[in-house]
Amino acid sequence: MSATATRTLLRNGRALRPGRVLTFVGLLVLALVWIYPFIWLLSASVKDSSEIFGSGLDLIPDQFVWENYLRAWNEAGFASYFVNSVLITAGTVLLVVVRSALAGYVLGRFDFPGKKLLIGVFLVTFFLPEGYTIIPVTQLTDQLGLLNTHAGVILGLGAGGQIASTLLYAGYFRGLPKELEESAKLDGAGPFRTFFQIMMPMAWPITATVVILTFLFAWNTYLLPLVFTLSEPDLRTLAIGMTVFVGEYGQDWSGMAAAAVISLVPVVVVFVILQRKFVDSIAGAVKQ
Amino acid sequence: MTITTSAPPSATGTKGPDGRAQRSRKHSFREIWWIYVFLLPTLLGYGAYTVYPLLASWWYALLDWPGFAVSGEFVGLQNFERLLTDHQFWNAFGKSLLFLVIAVPARVGLALLLALWLNSKRTPFSGFFRTLFFLPVVTTGAIIGIVFTLLLDGGGPISLGLVWAGITETPTNLVANAGTSLYAGIAVWVWKWLGITMIYWLAALQTVPQDVHEAAMLDGANGRKEFWHVTLPLLVPFLVIITLIDTVSALNVFDLMQTLTAGGPAFSSEVIEIFIYRTAFAATVPQLGYASAAAVLFGLLTVIIAVAQGAGVRWARARMGGGS
Repeated sequence: MSATATRTLLRNGRALRPGRVLTFVGLLVLALVWIYPFIWLLSASVKDSSEIFGSGLDLIPDQFVWENYLRAWNEAGFASYFVNSVLITAGTVLLVVVRSALAGYVLGRFDFPGKKLLIGVFLVTFFLPEGYTIIPVTQLTDQLGLLNTHAGVILGLGAGGQIASTLLYAGYFRGLPKELEESAKLDGAGPFRTFFQIMMPMAWPITATVVILTFLFAWNTYLLPLVFTLSEPDLRTLAIGMTVFVGEYGQDWSGMAAAAVISLVPVVVVFVILQRKFVDSIAGAVKQ
Repeated sequence: MTITTSAPPSATGTKGPDGRAQRSRKHSFREIWWIYVFLLPTLLGYGAYTVYPLLASWWYALLDWPGFAVSGEFVGLQNFERLLTDHQFWNAFGKSLLFLVIAVPARVGLALLLALWLNSKRTPFSGFFRTLFFLPVVTTGAIIGIVFTLLLDGGGPISLGLVWAGITETPTNLVANAGTSLYAGIAVWVWKWLGITMIYWLAALQTVPQDVHEAAMLDGANGRKEFWHVTLPLLVPFLVIITLIDTVSALNVFDLMQTLTAGGPAFSSEVIEIFIYRTAFAATVPQLGYASAAAVLFGLLTVIIAVAQGAGVRWARARMGGGS
């Protein structure tokens, strides 16, 4: 009997067993417990504040209070926090993609003096925690006159670090046939045109991965925007706005829940749409 | 993550026969100048925002520096001497280590169990469940911290659930209690990040050949026996790598812990990053030099852990037969 036949037989034999149903029910219960915090949050965001802690474990509100969202969006300033988060995330993603694609291309395909040193520096600093460098980075941004600007936050997030993205590009470009450059040269294309017109379009799977990983990082980051923008209401991102909200309206729990939903919805929606790519990106990044 | 240094030699102007070596090297720089143009954004950005801060923090650690508006004064090793006897620093250091020692094995172990469960052929809808368990990973740590202050409130669902289950007698707020705040933080952290470790494990399990399972099954090995004797040994190299990744992640918990407990109550959950942040940015008189010294010691800890585990990874790679 071949292995495939055995497998088919085993699977069919087990299809209707109670074990399979039990596994499913067990996993379903666990998964519901797992995402319960989000279900609770959605429920709290449309409750009246007094009902959140007053009605025990009931998830269905007596009355849907949609004003919570209006209050968070308009009065608490989440409209502008949202715009700031989008601007800073987009800027960081763009910076990281351009920077790491350019560097990854030459690291992956060419030898040049100083290459080993550069890779050595990358590997030494690969696991550097953010908390370690926040003071010099703040000082540097201050000296550049960028402390109270979006550009300051974007540079702080995307200019350094992000080695994984560079290495992903390097690994991908290394695997492409070298005839690509040769034929481009015959067509009279210089290195810049070759890169932007031939290499970059070919590397789109890596670009997608880098965009996803950087988007997650920039949207969810906290320490650097906290230090840079806490005292600047016009620059605050959603996470910082949330911190301020807790300080100013500590008792407005339903407003807080609505604000949290506003902050989490973009990243969750993007995840649900692109979930396959998310999971593959992360699994792919770790396999490297 | 490794880069081999071999590359297409044609584009770089290799050394010619003896006599022409000198000329061809000069020639080659004219050919490869554009490589440095490509590297320029990385050299500038990485130099200014990663390498320079790394070196500068060592210098700052030697300063008495009460704020960004003024310049610091050189005080030699005084900051380090003060750190050695500062029980708040050692408290924070200890909390970070405790966090590491409990949270990392919990995250790695539970994620493996979940991955094995989802990887089984008998598990229906495993893709759907994988998505649900992964969901917390994509969310903002600081927002999650704030949401959990509500969930963990004395009148909140977790407290009521514990009473209902008979685990506690009266409603308790686990983050407002000095005895439980750090552990509550660990639990939330494990919950938030378990999904990504599960994905690592699922990727690792894909490398265990299916016929190994079947051979073991045909030999009459039951599931548990098969796991201990066949699957687990194959997973050891991944265990080392995944533990390294999760350990580094456990040293970056500022967003979650600051918003969940802010280190309290009474410093009972103050991990080292909160200590640094508080000393540098949240104090009435900032002590930037002192905070830098703490950061340098913290960085050394990370490097030691990373080097130790790096050695482990190399050993693991060798075991895997060179592939990665």
